[in-house]
Amino acid sequence: MNGNEPLVLGIESSCDETGVGIVRGTSLLSNTVSSSMEEHVRFGGVIPEIASRAHLDALVPTLQQSLAEAGVTLEEVDAVAVTAGPGLAGALMVGVCAAKALAVATGKPLYAINHLVAHVGVGVLEADGERAGVLPQNLGALLVSGGHTEILRIRSITDDVEMLGSTIDDAAGEAYDKVARLLGLGYPGGPAIDRLARTGNAKLIRFPRGLTQPKYMGTAEEPGPHRYDWSFSGLKTAVARCVEQFEARGEPVPVADVAAAFQEAVVDVITSKAVLACRENGITSLLLGGGVAANSRLRQLTGERCSAAGITLHVPPLDLCTDNGAMVAALGAQLVMAGIGPSGIAFAPDSSMPVTTISA
Amino acid sequence: MLILAIDTSAVASAALVSDDAMEGVVGNFSTEDTRSHAEVLAPGINRMLAEAGITGPDIDAIVTGVGPGPFTGLRSGIATARTLAFVWQKPLYGMMSLDAVALEVAESTEAAPEFIVATDARRKEVYWARYTLEEGQLPQLVDGPHVGFAADVPDLPAYGAGAGLYPDALRANADFSSEQPDALYLGQFALARLAAGGELPDSTPLYLRESDAQVPGPRKRAL
Ligand SMILES: [Zn+2]
Repeated sequence: MNGNEPLVLGIESSCDETGVGIVRGTSLLSNTVSSSMEEHVRFGGVIPEIASRAHLDALVPTLQQSLAEAGVTLEEVDAVAVTAGPGLAGALMVGVCAAKALAVATGKPLYAINHLVAHVGVGVLEADGERAGVLPQNLGALLVSGGHTEILRIRSITDDVEMLGSTIDDAAGEAYDKVARLLGLGYPGGPAIDRLARTGNAKLIRFPRGLTQPKYMGTAEEPGPHRYDWSFSGLKTAVARCVEQFEARGEPVPVADVAAAFQEAVVDVITSKAVLACRENGITSLLLGGGVAANSRLRQLTGERCSAAGITLHVPPLDLCTDNGAMVAALGAQLVMAGIGPSGIAFAPDSSMPVTTISA
Repeated sequence: MLILAIDTSAVASAALVSDDAMEGVVGNFSTEDTRSHAEVLAPGINRMLAEAGITGPDIDAIVTGVGPGPFTGLRSGIATARTLAFVWQKPLYGMMSLDAVALEVAESTEAAPEFIVATDARRKEVYWARYTLEEGQLPQLVDGPHVGFAADVPDLPAYGAGAGLYPDALRANADFSSEQPDALYLGQFALARLAAGGELPDSTPLYLRESDAQVPGPRKRAL
């Protein structure tokens, strides 16, 4: 195997995107994604069984296209990497079975990879001719999507990743979807609310910021039980109650203002807690990942608060922030280059794989 | 002709069958377990190939059971078969999984001229199909596959683990009351059909049930 610049193929199927990406060392060669998002629209959220059925049908065509786009053959590939978790169990299973079959058919080593750590893996990819290659020191990662809301500390992407905080109920993107449905804005909720929020006044209504009371926060010296954690289920209830109050009074619901105030509550609490976690843990570089990285207000406020705190913010290109196979390949290549052994083909997908398990 | 057959509609199983080999069997394996396909299938296939001294280029076609069966397990086999067929550039065929039990019945002394094959569909239901059998012929599928309550299945001798689960509702044959579809019989059935000039369907899964997703109704107004 080429240990300096290994050619790695990555497969992702943990939610509703079937992704296959190929990297050579830290260079991105292809990133092919097939999404079943359209099929979930009428349900207002990702339906696991529908996502799993779509993965099964998309996998081989996506694999074929990714190889063609990279201009490489399977024989040339040095290793295969696949998301083993966390994610939807039935969805993970499809990618894992395909990856194992690839390993059986080609004899290539297989790496079973943590999806959350893979989101950080894109940080090493050289995009648009810009050289990245290595991750910055004292790195943190803020991951925000329909499936997760986490702040991680990365001491070494191949052997030392720690979860500092996460949502204790809904993911931020899930809260966007639920509130968008409440406001009649359709699915996915993120882009719809972000667009409408620009025309609304976020200051007219104040929604609660979850887990910010002193009993949850504690102090830097004596942290409370949820100092860096988030909760969005109370916020969703507060928006529902607010809408009902307008309706009960017979007044039109100021949808744009509600959307703006909701977005402000989400983004405020995400960024304030993330920056707090960075400051108190010596993190000086923060990588933003996950689909909600597309949100204009989240990018803006994270940028402002990071620069005020002296933290360098990195936002990868959006197609590398959303779930994709290139991030899996990128992390796989890092593991190969670090000399970490493959996972074999007997591992089980793990829908709640902890970030401390970088590869199985 | 050498076929690699895979079925994960109930247990995980795979087989290498050939019209050149003694009894047609080059290698096979199956598990008892119906819930760990993603772990055991690839290592099982790998070991079976190694023990038989077979590599991808030796294989002429891949056959996968397309169900019916519990969805997540079923997809494990189909995803595996589709990927192997893609990498090795081999033709891929589907076989209805209950056919495996039907062939096993046909080859036994227990065979009835008309019978039911049933497997566990969970949620108190069975997957079932009705077959007829003529002397010296392959079993003929005449109805199904369906999913439903055991009580609604035609009153005929019934074979397979689905029949064994509901002995009050089905005329379960005791010798077959825990029998599951096995890739070995599926592969032999496919080989026999291809040898007879028959055609086999593609690898589209037979889910028989929609996903449980509910389209959310309109939100209740507070007024
Ligand atoms: Zn993700």
